[in-house]
Amino acid sequence: MARAAALSEIADPASGAAALPKQPLLTVDGVTLQYKTRDHLVTATYRVGFQVYPADRFVLLGPSGCGKSTLLKGVAGFMKPVEGTISLAGKLVDRPGPDRMMVFQEFDQLLPWKTVAQNVMFPMLTSGKYSRREAVERADAYIDKVNLTKFRDAFPHMLSGGMKQRVAIARAMAMEPAILLMDEPFAALDALTRRKMQEELLRLWDDIRFTVLFVTHSIEEAIIVGSRILVLSPHPGRVKAELNSHQFGHAEQEGAQFVELSRRIHDMLFAERIEDERALAELRHG
Amino acid sequence: MADVPTALLPPIRPEFETLQLDSGQIGAVIRPLSVWERITNITLVRRVFILVVLAGAWQGYASYLDNPLMFPTFSESMQALWDALAEGVLINRIVTSLRVLLIGYSLGIAIAAVFTTLAVSTRIGTDLLSTLTAMFNPLPAIALLPLALLWFGLGIPSLVFVIIHSVLWAVALNTHTGFLSVSETLRMVGQNYGLRGVNYVVRILIPAAFPSILSGLKIGWAFSWRTLIAAELVFGVSSRSGGLGWFIFEKRNQLETASVFAGLTTVIIIGLLVESVVFRTLETHTVRKWGMQR
Repeated sequence: MARAAALSEIADPASGAAALPKQPLLTVDGVTLQYKTRDHLVTATYRVGFQVYPADRFVLLGPSGCGKSTLLKGVAGFMKPVEGTISLAGKLVDRPGPDRMMVFQEFDQLLPWKTVAQNVMFPMLTSGKYSRREAVERADAYIDKVNLTKFRDAFPHMLSGGMKQRVAIARAMAMEPAILLMDEPFAALDALTRRKMQEELLRLWDDIRFTVLFVTHSIEEAIIVGSRILVLSPHPGRVKAELNSHQFGHAEQEGAQFVELSRRIHDMLFAERIEDERALAELRHG
Repeated sequence: MADVPTALLPPIRPEFETLQLDSGQIGAVIRPLSVWERITNITLVRRVFILVVLAGAWQGYASYLDNPLMFPTFSESMQALWDALAEGVLINRIVTSLRVLLIGYSLGIAIAAVFTTLAVSTRIGTDLLSTLTAMFNPLPAIALLPLALLWFGLGIPSLVFVIIHSVLWAVALNTHTGFLSVSETLRMVGQNYGLRGVNYVVRILIPAAFPSILSGLKIGWAFSWRTLIAAELVFGVSSRSGGLGWFIFEKRNQLETASVFAGLTTVIIIGLLVESVVFRTLETHTVRKWGMQR
Protein backbone atom coordinates (compact mmCIF):
# COMPACT_ATOMS: atom_id res chain seq x y z
CA MET A 1 0.00 0.00 0.00
CA ALA A 2 1.30 3.41 -0.94
CA ARG A 3 0.52 4.95 2.40
CA ALA A 4 2.37 2.26 4.32
CA ALA A 5 5.43 2.97 2.20
CA ALA A 6 5.14 6.68 2.82
CA LEU A 7 4.67 6.09 6.51
CA SER A 8 7.78 4.00 6.87
CA GLU A 9 9.63 6.71 5.01
CA ILE A 10 8.63 9.28 7.59
CA ALA A 11 9.13 6.87 10.44
CA ASP A 12 12.62 6.01 9.28
CA PRO A 13 14.97 8.39 11.12
CA ALA A 14 17.42 8.57 8.20
CA SER A 15 14.93 9.72 5.59
CA GLY A 16 13.10 11.69 8.28
CA ALA A 17 16.20 13.86 8.65
CA ALA A 18 16.12 14.50 4.92
CA ALA A 19 12.49 15.60 5.15
CA LEU A 20 13.07 18.10 7.96
CA PRO A 21 14.83 20.93 6.08
CA LYS A 22 11.58 21.41 4.16
CA GLN A 23 9.99 24.71 5.09
CA PRO A 24 6.84 24.49 7.19
CA LEU A 25 3.78 25.27 5.11
CA LEU A 26 1.72 26.77 7.89
CA THR A 27 3.25 28.52 10.88
CA VAL A 28 1.10 29.46 13.82
CA ASP A 29 3.18 31.49 16.23
CA GLY A 30 2.07 32.51 19.74
CA VAL A 31 -1.52 33.01 18.68
CA THR A 32 -4.08 34.31 21.15
CA LEU A 33 -7.65 34.36 19.89
CA GLN A 34 -10.56 36.07 21.57
CA TYR A 35 -14.20 36.38 20.65
CA LYS A 36 -17.08 38.34 22.10
CA THR A 37 -20.37 36.89 23.22
CA ARG A 38 -23.24 39.09 24.33
CA ASP A 39 -21.70 39.94 27.68
CA HIS A 40 -18.29 38.25 27.81
CA LEU A 41 -14.96 38.51 26.11
CA VAL A 42 -13.79 34.89 25.85
CA THR A 43 -10.17 33.95 25.35
CA ALA A 44 -10.35 30.82 23.22
CA THR A 45 -6.65 30.10 22.78
CA TYR A 46 -3.63 31.50 24.59
CA ARG A 47 -0.25 31.74 22.83
CA VAL A 48 -0.64 28.60 20.77
CA GLY A 49 2.12 27.73 18.31
CA PHE A 50 2.61 24.85 15.88
CA GLN A 51 3.95 24.16 12.42
CA VAL A 52 2.37 22.14 9.65
CA TYR A 53 4.62 20.66 6.95
CA PRO A 54 3.53 19.76 3.41
CA ALA A 55 1.54 16.51 3.24
CA ASP A 56 0.95 16.53 6.99
CA ARG A 57 -2.32 15.23 8.34
CA PHE A 58 -2.21 17.56 11.29
CA VAL A 59 -4.88 17.07 13.94
CA LEU A 60 -6.01 19.58 16.55
CA LEU A 61 -7.37 17.48 19.41
CA GLY A 62 -8.93 18.53 22.67
CA PRO A 63 -12.09 18.59 24.73
CA SER A 64 -14.81 21.11 23.96
CA GLY A 65 -13.76 24.58 25.04
CA CYS A 66 -10.11 24.16 24.09
CA GLY A 67 -10.50 26.56 21.19
CA LYS A 68 -9.64 24.08 18.43
CA SER A 69 -12.45 25.20 16.14
CA THR A 70 -11.62 28.84 16.87
CA LEU A 71 -8.02 28.13 15.99
CA LEU A 72 -9.14 26.66 12.67
CA LYS A 73 -11.25 29.76 12.02
CA GLY A 74 -8.17 31.82 12.73
CA VAL A 75 -6.18 29.88 10.14
CA ALA A 76 -9.10 30.22 7.70
CA GLY A 77 -8.95 33.98 8.21
CA PHE A 78 -12.42 34.42 9.73
CA MET A 79 -10.87 35.70 12.96
CA LYS A 80 -7.86 37.91 13.55
CA PRO A 81 -5.49 36.92 16.37
CA VAL A 82 -5.12 39.56 19.10
CA GLU A 83 -1.55 38.38 19.61
CA GLY A 84 0.86 36.36 17.46
CA THR A 85 0.84 35.58 13.75
CA ILE A 86 -0.48 32.95 11.38
CA SER A 87 1.35 32.62 8.08
CA LEU A 88 0.81 30.27 5.16
CA ALA A 89 3.81 29.67 2.88
CA GLY A 90 5.46 32.82 4.18
CA LYS A 91 2.38 35.00 3.64
CA LEU A 92 0.52 36.47 6.58
CA VAL A 93 -3.09 35.27 6.85
CA ASP A 94 -5.39 38.28 7.24
CA ARG A 95 -8.65 37.35 5.49
CA PRO A 96 -10.52 34.30 4.23
CA GLY A 97 -9.38 33.06 0.85
CA PRO A 98 -9.66 30.09 -1.50
CA ASP A 99 -6.07 28.96 -0.81
CA ARG A 100 -7.41 27.57 2.48
CA MET A 101 -10.52 25.61 1.64
CA MET A 102 -12.67 24.74 4.60
CA VAL A 103 -14.88 21.70 5.13
CA PHE A 104 -17.42 22.36 7.85
CA GLN A 105 -19.17 20.01 10.22
CA GLU A 106 -22.63 21.19 9.18
CA PHE A 107 -24.48 19.49 6.33
CA ASP A 108 -25.81 22.83 5.08
CA GLN A 109 -22.45 23.95 3.75
CA LEU A 110 -23.42 23.00 0.20
CA LEU A 111 -25.25 25.70 -1.75
CA PRO A 112 -28.79 24.29 -2.00
CA TRP A 113 -29.45 26.09 -5.30
CA LYS A 114 -26.63 24.29 -7.10
CA THR A 115 -26.26 20.67 -8.17
CA VAL A 116 -23.39 18.52 -6.93
CA ALA A 117 -21.28 19.32 -9.99
CA GLN A 118 -22.12 23.03 -9.83
CA ASN A 119 -21.23 23.09 -6.15
CA VAL A 120 -17.83 21.56 -6.84
CA MET A 121 -17.24 23.99 -9.72
CA PHE A 122 -18.44 27.08 -7.86
CA PRO A 123 -15.21 28.05 -6.01
CA MET A 124 -13.10 27.16 -9.05
CA LEU A 125 -15.09 29.62 -11.17
CA THR A 126 -15.64 32.44 -8.65
CA SER A 127 -11.98 32.54 -7.71
CA GLY A 128 -11.05 32.70 -11.39
CA LYS A 129 -8.38 30.07 -10.77
CA TYR A 130 -9.65 27.78 -13.52
CA SER A 131 -11.42 28.25 -16.83
CA ARG A 132 -14.91 26.82 -17.23
CA ARG A 133 -13.66 23.82 -19.22
CA GLU A 134 -10.95 23.01 -16.71
CA ALA A 135 -13.46 23.42 -13.88
CA VAL A 136 -15.87 20.93 -15.48
CA GLU A 137 -13.08 18.39 -16.00
CA ARG A 138 -11.69 18.79 -12.50
CA ALA A 139 -15.14 18.66 -10.92
CA ASP A 140 -15.89 15.40 -12.74
CA ALA A 141 -12.55 13.93 -11.71
CA TYR A 142 -12.96 14.77 -8.03
CA ILE A 143 -16.62 13.75 -7.92
CA ASP A 144 -15.42 10.42 -9.28
CA LYS A 145 -12.74 10.23 -6.59
CA VAL A 146 -15.41 10.47 -3.87
CA ASN A 147 -17.62 7.97 -5.77
CA LEU A 148 -20.52 10.29 -6.50
CA THR A 149 -20.49 10.27 -10.30
CA LYS A 150 -24.07 8.96 -10.34
CA PHE A 151 -25.18 11.98 -8.33
CA ARG A 152 -23.36 14.71 -10.20
CA ASP A 153 -26.63 16.38 -11.29
CA ALA A 154 -28.52 15.85 -8.04
CA PHE A 155 -29.34 18.72 -5.70
CA PRO A 156 -27.91 18.64 -2.15
CA HIS A 157 -31.29 18.03 -0.51
CA MET A 158 -31.48 14.65 -2.28
CA LEU A 159 -28.25 13.41 -0.70
CA SER A 160 -27.57 11.73 2.63
CA GLY A 161 -25.37 13.38 5.26
CA GLY A 162 -22.30 11.33 4.34
CA MET A 163 -22.74 12.10 0.64
CA LYS A 164 -23.01 15.82 1.37
CA GLN A 165 -19.77 15.70 3.31
CA ARG A 166 -18.10 13.86 0.42
CA VAL A 167 -19.26 16.59 -1.98
CA ALA A 168 -17.87 19.22 0.39
CA ILE A 169 -14.55 17.36 0.49
CA ALA A 170 -14.48 17.04 -3.31
CA ARG A 171 -15.31 20.73 -3.65
CA ALA A 172 -12.49 21.69 -1.31
CA MET A 173 -9.93 19.35 -2.88
CA ALA A 174 -10.74 20.20 -6.49
CA MET A 175 -9.49 23.71 -5.74
CA GLU A 176 -6.09 22.23 -4.82
CA PRO A 177 -5.78 24.55 -1.86
CA ALA A 178 -2.42 24.98 -0.14
CA ILE A 179 -4.03 23.50 2.91
CA LEU A 180 -7.36 21.80 3.57
CA LEU A 181 -9.12 22.83 6.77
CA MET A 182 -11.58 20.33 8.22
CA ASP A 183 -13.72 21.26 11.19
CA GLU A 184 -15.00 17.98 12.68
CA PRO A 185 -16.25 16.99 9.23
CA PHE A 186 -17.43 13.55 10.33
CA ALA A 187 -18.82 14.44 13.75
CA ALA A 188 -22.44 14.61 12.61
CA LEU A 189 -22.29 11.22 10.85
CA ASP A 190 -23.30 7.84 12.20
CA ALA A 191 -20.49 5.56 13.36
CA LEU A 192 -20.50 3.29 10.28
CA THR A 193 -20.50 6.15 7.79
CA ARG A 194 -17.84 7.95 9.82
CA ARG A 195 -15.50 4.99 9.61
CA LYS A 196 -16.06 4.70 5.87
CA MET A 197 -15.37 8.40 5.42
CA GLN A 198 -12.15 8.17 7.43
CA GLU A 199 -10.98 5.31 5.24
CA GLU A 200 -11.91 7.27 2.14
CA LEU A 201 -10.04 10.36 3.33
CA LEU A 202 -6.91 8.29 3.96
CA ARG A 203 -7.25 6.67 0.54
CA LEU A 204 -7.51 10.12 -1.06
CA TRP A 205 -4.44 11.23 0.86
CA ASP A 206 -2.58 8.23 -0.52
CA ASP A 207 -3.66 9.39 -3.93
CA ILE A 208 -3.03 13.13 -3.86
CA ARG A 209 -0.93 13.84 -0.75
CA PHE A 210 -2.71 17.01 0.25
CA THR A 211 -1.99 18.87 3.47
CA VAL A 212 -4.83 18.86 5.94
CA LEU A 213 -5.50 20.54 9.26
CA PHE A 214 -8.16 18.45 10.97
CA VAL A 215 -10.13 19.28 14.09
CA THR A 216 -11.70 16.54 16.18
CA HIS A 217 -12.60 15.71 19.75
CA SER A 218 -12.35 11.97 19.23
CA ILE A 219 -9.02 10.47 20.35
CA GLU A 220 -9.56 7.45 18.13
CA GLU A 221 -10.27 9.55 15.05
CA ALA A 222 -7.23 11.73 15.77
CA ILE A 223 -4.89 8.73 15.88
CA ILE A 224 -6.34 7.10 12.78
CA VAL A 225 -6.73 10.15 10.57
CA GLY A 226 -3.76 12.17 11.80
CA SER A 227 -0.06 11.86 11.18
CA ARG A 228 0.70 14.34 13.93
CA ILE A 229 -1.53 15.36 16.82
CA LEU A 230 -1.56 18.64 18.70
CA VAL A 231 -3.20 18.08 22.08
CA LEU A 232 -4.82 21.21 23.51
CA SER A 233 -5.95 21.87 27.06
CA PRO A 234 -9.17 23.76 27.71
CA HIS A 235 -10.07 27.22 29.10
CA PRO A 236 -8.17 28.79 27.42
CA GLY A 237 -6.67 26.51 24.76
CA ARG A 238 -2.95 25.97 25.29
CA VAL A 239 -0.58 23.47 23.74
CA LYS A 240 -0.31 20.39 25.91
CA ALA A 241 1.67 18.11 23.62
CA GLU A 242 2.51 17.29 20.04
CA LEU A 243 2.53 13.59 19.22
CA ASN A 244 3.21 11.35 16.22
CA SER A 245 0.48 9.04 15.01
CA HIS A 246 1.49 8.48 11.39
CA GLN A 247 2.08 4.78 12.03
CA PHE A 248 -1.55 4.04 12.93
CA GLY A 249 -4.55 3.37 10.72
CA HIS A 250 -7.75 1.38 11.09
CA ALA A 251 -5.76 -1.87 10.88
CA GLU A 252 -3.76 -1.08 14.00
CA GLN A 253 -6.79 -0.08 16.04
CA GLU A 254 -6.64 -3.17 18.28
CA GLY A 255 -2.84 -3.12 18.60
CA ALA A 256 -1.07 -2.58 21.92
CA GLN A 257 0.74 0.55 20.73
CA PHE A 258 -2.48 2.12 19.52
CA VAL A 259 -4.17 1.44 22.82
CA GLU A 260 -1.10 2.74 24.64
CA LEU A 261 -1.10 6.03 22.70
CA SER A 262 -4.81 6.46 23.06
CA ARG A 263 -4.51 5.91 26.84
CA ARG A 264 -1.66 8.42 26.99
CA ILE A 265 -3.77 11.10 25.28
CA HIS A 266 -6.75 10.17 27.40
CA ASP A 267 -4.72 10.65 30.57
CA MET A 268 -3.42 13.98 29.29
CA LEU A 269 -6.90 15.29 28.64
CA PHE A 270 -8.28 13.99 31.92
CA ALA A 271 -5.32 15.10 34.06
CA GLU A 272 -6.75 18.58 33.70
CA ARG A 273 -9.99 17.50 35.29
CA ILE A 274 -8.26 15.71 38.15
CA GLU A 275 -6.23 18.86 38.82
CA ASP A 276 -9.36 20.96 38.66
CA GLU A 277 -11.10 18.70 41.13
CA ARG A 278 -8.10 18.76 43.45
CA ALA A 279 -8.02 22.56 43.32
CA LEU A 280 -11.71 22.67 43.98
CA ALA A 281 -11.35 20.29 46.94
CA GLU A 282 -8.54 22.42 48.39
CA LEU A 283 -10.69 25.50 47.94
CA ARG A 284 -13.48 23.87 49.91
CA HIS A 285 -11.32 22.49 52.71
CA GLY A 286 -8.73 25.20 52.89
CA MET B 1 -27.30 -10.48 40.75
CA ALA B 2 -27.98 -13.45 42.92
CA ASP B 3 -30.41 -11.39 44.98
CA VAL B 4 -32.66 -10.64 42.02
CA PRO B 5 -35.67 -12.95 42.05
CA THR B 6 -35.62 -15.10 38.94
CA ALA B 7 -39.13 -13.93 38.05
CA LEU B 8 -37.75 -10.45 37.22
CA LEU B 9 -35.13 -11.67 34.76
CA PRO B 10 -36.03 -11.77 31.08
CA PRO B 11 -36.19 -15.33 29.74
CA ILE B 12 -33.23 -16.47 27.69
CA ARG B 13 -34.40 -17.17 24.14
CA PRO B 14 -32.63 -19.18 21.48
CA GLU B 15 -30.76 -17.30 18.74
CA PHE B 16 -31.79 -17.78 15.14
CA GLU B 17 -30.69 -16.74 11.70
CA THR B 18 -32.84 -16.65 8.56
CA LEU B 19 -31.04 -18.07 5.60
CA GLN B 20 -33.56 -17.24 2.90
CA LEU B 21 -35.56 -14.03 3.11
CA ASP B 22 -39.03 -14.29 1.64
CA SER B 23 -41.20 -11.37 0.55
CA GLY B 24 -43.49 -13.27 -1.79
CA GLN B 25 -46.69 -12.40 0.06
CA ILE B 26 -46.52 -8.65 -0.64
CA GLY B 27 -46.25 -9.04 -4.38
CA ALA B 28 -44.40 -6.20 -6.07
CA VAL B 29 -42.44 -4.06 -3.60
CA ILE B 30 -42.82 -1.02 -5.85
CA ARG B 31 -46.28 -0.55 -7.39
CA PRO B 32 -47.24 2.22 -9.83
CA LEU B 33 -49.94 4.58 -8.51
CA SER B 34 -53.44 4.03 -9.90
CA VAL B 35 -54.92 6.51 -12.41
CA TRP B 36 -57.23 7.99 -9.75
CA GLU B 37 -54.29 8.48 -7.34
CA ARG B 38 -52.30 10.15 -10.09
CA ILE B 39 -55.11 12.49 -11.15
CA THR B 40 -55.81 13.61 -7.60
CA ASN B 41 -52.09 14.23 -7.19
CA ILE B 42 -52.27 17.09 -9.70
CA THR B 43 -52.74 20.36 -7.82
CA LEU B 44 -54.50 22.00 -10.77
CA VAL B 45 -57.17 19.30 -10.85
CA ARG B 46 -57.93 19.72 -7.14
CA ARG B 47 -58.07 23.52 -7.47
CA VAL B 48 -60.35 23.45 -10.52
CA PHE B 49 -62.62 21.08 -8.62
CA ILE B 50 -62.95 23.65 -5.80
CA LEU B 51 -63.71 26.39 -8.34
CA VAL B 52 -66.38 24.29 -10.00
CA VAL B 53 -68.05 23.60 -6.63
CA LEU B 54 -68.01 27.34 -5.79
CA ALA B 55 -69.45 28.29 -9.19
CA GLY B 56 -72.19 25.68 -8.76
CA ALA B 57 -73.11 27.06 -5.34
CA TRP B 58 -73.23 30.60 -6.79
CA GLN B 59 -75.46 29.53 -9.67
CA GLY B 60 -77.79 27.59 -7.36
CA TYR B 61 -78.20 30.32 -4.76
CA ALA B 62 -78.64 33.12 -7.36
CA SER B 63 -81.29 31.14 -9.30
CA TYR B 64 -83.12 30.51 -6.03
CA LEU B 65 -82.94 34.25 -5.19
CA ASP B 66 -83.99 35.24 -8.73
CA ASN B 67 -82.96 38.92 -8.41
CA PRO B 68 -80.58 39.83 -11.29
CA LEU B 69 -80.20 43.42 -10.05
CA MET B 70 -78.80 42.46 -6.64
CA PHE B 71 -77.25 39.06 -7.31
CA PRO B 72 -77.04 37.83 -10.91
CA THR B 73 -76.37 34.16 -11.57
CA PHE B 74 -72.99 32.75 -12.49
CA SER B 75 -74.05 32.16 -16.11
CA GLU B 76 -75.33 35.77 -16.49
CA SER B 77 -72.09 37.14 -15.09
CA MET B 78 -70.05 34.96 -17.42
CA GLN B 79 -72.19 36.12 -20.33
CA ALA B 80 -71.50 39.76 -19.35
CA LEU B 81 -67.82 38.95 -19.03
CA TRP B 82 -67.78 37.41 -22.49
CA ASP B 83 -69.62 40.40 -24.00
CA ALA B 84 -67.26 42.91 -22.39
CA LEU B 85 -64.28 40.92 -23.63
CA ALA B 86 -65.71 40.66 -27.15
CA GLU B 87 -66.42 44.40 -27.23
CA GLY B 88 -62.78 45.03 -26.36
CA VAL B 89 -63.63 47.42 -23.49
CA LEU B 90 -62.52 45.02 -20.82
CA ILE B 91 -59.26 44.20 -22.58
CA ASN B 92 -58.43 47.92 -22.68
CA ARG B 93 -59.24 48.28 -19.01
CA ILE B 94 -57.07 45.27 -18.09
CA VAL B 95 -54.12 46.54 -20.11
CA THR B 96 -54.37 50.00 -18.51
CA SER B 97 -54.46 48.50 -15.01
CA LEU B 98 -51.64 46.04 -15.59
CA ARG B 99 -49.37 48.67 -17.13
CA VAL B 100 -49.72 50.98 -14.13
CA LEU B 101 -49.29 48.02 -11.83
CA LEU B 102 -46.08 46.82 -13.46
CA ILE B 103 -44.53 50.31 -13.35
CA GLY B 104 -45.36 50.68 -9.66
CA TYR B 105 -44.38 47.12 -8.78
CA SER B 106 -40.95 47.27 -10.42
CA LEU B 107 -40.19 50.72 -9.00
CA GLY B 108 -41.22 49.48 -5.55
CA ILE B 109 -38.90 46.46 -5.82
CA ALA B 110 -36.02 48.63 -7.01
CA ILE B 111 -36.40 51.00 -4.06
CA ALA B 112 -36.73 48.01 -1.71
CA ALA B 113 -33.44 46.67 -3.10
CA VAL B 114 -31.71 49.97 -2.29
CA PHE B 115 -33.12 49.99 1.25
CA THR B 116 -32.14 46.36 1.99
CA THR B 117 -28.64 46.85 0.58
CA LEU B 118 -28.26 49.80 2.94
CA ALA B 119 -29.69 47.74 5.77
CA VAL B 120 -27.32 44.77 5.35
CA SER B 121 -24.23 46.93 4.92
CA THR B 122 -24.64 49.49 7.72
CA ARG B 123 -26.14 49.50 11.18
CA ILE B 124 -27.80 52.88 10.68
CA GLY B 125 -29.31 51.46 7.48
CA THR B 126 -30.82 48.60 9.49
CA ASP B 127 -32.30 51.09 11.96
CA LEU B 128 -33.62 53.24 9.12
CA LEU B 129 -35.33 50.29 7.45
CA SER B 130 -36.80 48.94 10.70
CA THR B 131 -38.16 52.35 11.71
CA LEU B 132 -39.61 53.20 8.31
CA THR B 133 -41.16 49.75 7.97
CA ALA B 134 -42.68 49.96 11.43
CA MET B 135 -44.11 53.39 10.55
CA PHE B 136 -45.42 52.82 7.04
CA ASN B 137 -46.21 49.10 6.77
CA PRO B 138 -49.42 49.37 8.82
CA LEU B 139 -50.50 52.52 6.92
CA PRO B 140 -52.98 51.52 4.18
CA ALA B 141 -51.66 52.73 0.84
CA ILE B 142 -55.11 53.97 -0.14
CA ALA B 143 -54.99 56.44 2.79
CA LEU B 144 -52.18 58.22 0.96
CA LEU B 145 -54.26 58.67 -2.18
CA PRO B 146 -55.71 62.12 -1.28
CA LEU B 147 -52.18 63.37 -0.63
CA ALA B 148 -50.91 61.78 -3.85
CA LEU B 149 -53.70 63.47 -5.81
CA LEU B 150 -52.68 66.78 -4.28
CA TRP B 151 -49.03 66.27 -5.19
CA PHE B 152 -49.20 64.55 -8.55
CA GLY B 153 -52.68 65.40 -9.77
CA LEU B 154 -55.11 63.02 -11.44
CA GLY B 155 -53.28 60.44 -13.47
CA ILE B 156 -50.79 57.64 -13.53
CA PRO B 157 -48.14 59.20 -11.23
CA SER B 158 -50.57 59.25 -8.28
CA LEU B 159 -51.45 55.61 -8.82
CA VAL B 160 -47.80 54.65 -9.14
CA PHE B 161 -47.05 56.47 -5.90
CA VAL B 162 -49.60 54.53 -3.86
CA ILE B 163 -48.57 51.24 -5.49
CA ILE B 164 -44.92 51.84 -4.63
CA HIS B 165 -45.97 52.48 -1.07
CA SER B 166 -47.90 49.21 -0.92
CA VAL B 167 -45.07 47.10 -2.42
CA LEU B 168 -41.98 48.67 -0.91
CA TRP B 169 -42.35 47.86 2.78
CA ALA B 170 -43.54 44.29 2.39
CA VAL B 171 -40.71 43.40 -0.01
CA ALA B 172 -38.01 45.26 1.94
CA LEU B 173 -39.05 43.73 5.24
CA ASN B 174 -39.13 40.18 3.89
CA THR B 175 -35.85 40.47 2.01
CA HIS B 176 -34.10 41.87 5.04
CA THR B 177 -35.47 39.13 7.30
CA GLY B 178 -34.35 36.59 4.70
CA PHE B 179 -30.81 37.99 4.61
CA LEU B 180 -30.60 37.91 8.40
CA SER B 181 -31.61 34.25 8.52
CA VAL B 182 -28.97 32.99 6.06
CA SER B 183 -27.01 30.35 7.98
CA GLU B 184 -23.58 31.20 9.37
CA THR B 185 -22.10 28.20 7.53
CA LEU B 186 -23.23 29.45 4.12
CA ARG B 187 -21.87 32.92 4.92
CA MET B 188 -18.49 31.44 5.83
CA VAL B 189 -18.53 29.25 2.73
CA GLY B 190 -19.00 32.36 0.58
CA GLN B 191 -16.24 34.27 2.35
CA ASN B 192 -13.97 31.25 2.16
CA TYR B 193 -14.16 31.47 -1.62
CA GLY B 194 -13.07 35.09 -1.45
CA LEU B 195 -16.51 36.54 -2.33
CA ARG B 196 -17.03 40.13 -1.21
CA GLY B 197 -19.42 43.04 -1.72
CA VAL B 198 -22.02 42.83 -4.49
CA ASN B 199 -20.67 39.45 -5.63
CA TYR B 200 -21.29 38.04 -2.16
CA VAL B 201 -24.83 39.45 -2.03
CA VAL B 202 -25.76 38.21 -5.53
CA ARG B 203 -24.14 34.77 -5.34
CA ILE B 204 -24.78 33.83 -1.72
CA LEU B 205 -27.27 36.04 0.14
CA ILE B 206 -29.96 36.43 -2.52
CA PRO B 207 -30.27 32.73 -3.47
CA ALA B 208 -29.98 31.64 0.16
CA ALA B 209 -32.70 34.10 1.21
CA PHE B 210 -34.85 33.38 -1.84
CA PRO B 211 -37.79 31.75 0.00
CA SER B 212 -38.25 34.94 2.05
CA ILE B 213 -37.73 37.20 -0.95
CA LEU B 214 -40.31 35.25 -2.89
CA SER B 215 -42.91 35.51 -0.14
CA GLY B 216 -42.17 39.25 0.03
CA LEU B 217 -42.78 39.53 -3.71
CA LYS B 218 -46.07 37.63 -3.36
CA ILE B 219 -47.31 39.81 -0.51
CA GLY B 220 -46.20 42.91 -2.43
CA TRP B 221 -48.08 41.72 -5.50
CA ALA B 222 -51.31 41.14 -3.56
CA PHE B 223 -51.04 44.51 -1.78
CA SER B 224 -50.37 46.42 -4.99
CA TRP B 225 -53.16 44.72 -6.93
CA ARG B 226 -55.78 45.48 -4.31
CA THR B 227 -54.46 49.03 -3.83
CA LEU B 228 -54.66 49.67 -7.55
CA ILE B 229 -58.24 48.48 -7.90
CA ALA B 230 -59.30 50.49 -4.86
CA ALA B 231 -57.53 53.62 -6.12
CA GLU B 232 -59.17 53.32 -9.53
CA LEU B 233 -62.58 53.07 -7.88
CA VAL B 234 -61.91 56.43 -6.25
CA PHE B 235 -60.43 58.31 -9.10
CA GLY B 236 -61.33 56.74 -12.36
CA VAL B 237 -64.33 59.06 -11.97
CA SER B 238 -62.72 61.83 -13.95
CA SER B 239 -60.38 59.84 -16.12
CA ARG B 240 -61.51 58.62 -19.56
CA SER B 241 -59.03 55.75 -19.82
CA GLY B 242 -59.62 54.14 -16.43
CA GLY B 243 -58.59 50.65 -15.45
CA LEU B 244 -60.51 47.67 -14.07
CA GLY B 245 -61.58 49.48 -10.91
CA TRP B 246 -63.13 52.19 -13.03
CA PHE B 247 -64.91 49.54 -15.13
CA ILE B 248 -66.54 48.14 -11.97
CA PHE B 249 -67.49 51.60 -10.73
CA GLU B 250 -68.95 52.59 -14.10
CA LYS B 251 -71.06 49.45 -14.42
CA ARG B 252 -72.45 49.84 -10.92
CA ASN B 253 -73.55 53.39 -11.76
CA GLN B 254 -75.33 52.02 -14.83
CA LEU B 255 -76.87 49.31 -12.62
CA GLU B 256 -75.41 46.56 -14.83
CA THR B 257 -74.83 44.27 -11.88
CA ALA B 258 -73.84 41.27 -14.01
CA SER B 259 -71.03 43.38 -15.50
CA VAL B 260 -69.95 44.42 -12.00
CA PHE B 261 -69.62 40.73 -11.20
CA ALA B 262 -67.79 40.23 -14.49
CA GLY B 263 -65.31 42.97 -13.48
CA LEU B 264 -64.80 41.46 -10.04
CA THR B 265 -64.33 38.01 -11.59
CA THR B 266 -61.66 39.46 -13.88
CA VAL B 267 -59.83 40.92 -10.87
CA ILE B 268 -59.96 37.53 -9.17
CA ILE B 269 -58.89 35.62 -12.30
CA ILE B 270 -55.87 37.85 -12.87
CA GLY B 271 -54.94 37.45 -9.20
CA LEU B 272 -55.24 33.65 -9.47
CA LEU B 273 -53.26 33.54 -12.73
CA VAL B 274 -50.37 35.54 -11.34
CA GLU B 275 -50.33 33.50 -8.16
CA SER B 276 -50.66 30.07 -9.75
CA VAL B 277 -48.80 30.62 -13.01
CA VAL B 278 -46.14 33.30 -12.51
CA PHE B 279 -45.23 32.71 -8.87
CA ARG B 280 -45.75 28.96 -8.96
CA THR B 281 -43.47 28.62 -11.98
CA LEU B 282 -40.90 30.76 -10.24
CA GLU B 283 -41.22 28.53 -7.16
CA THR B 284 -40.89 25.21 -8.99
CA HIS B 285 -37.79 26.43 -10.76
CA THR B 286 -36.12 27.79 -7.65
CA VAL B 287 -36.98 27.02 -4.03
CA ARG B 288 -38.79 23.73 -4.71
CA LYS B 289 -36.06 22.46 -7.00
CA TRP B 290 -33.45 23.39 -4.40
CA GLY B 291 -35.34 21.61 -1.62
CA MET B 292 -35.77 24.81 0.39
CA GLN B 293 -39.54 24.43 0.27
CA ARG B 294 -41.76 21.40 -0.14
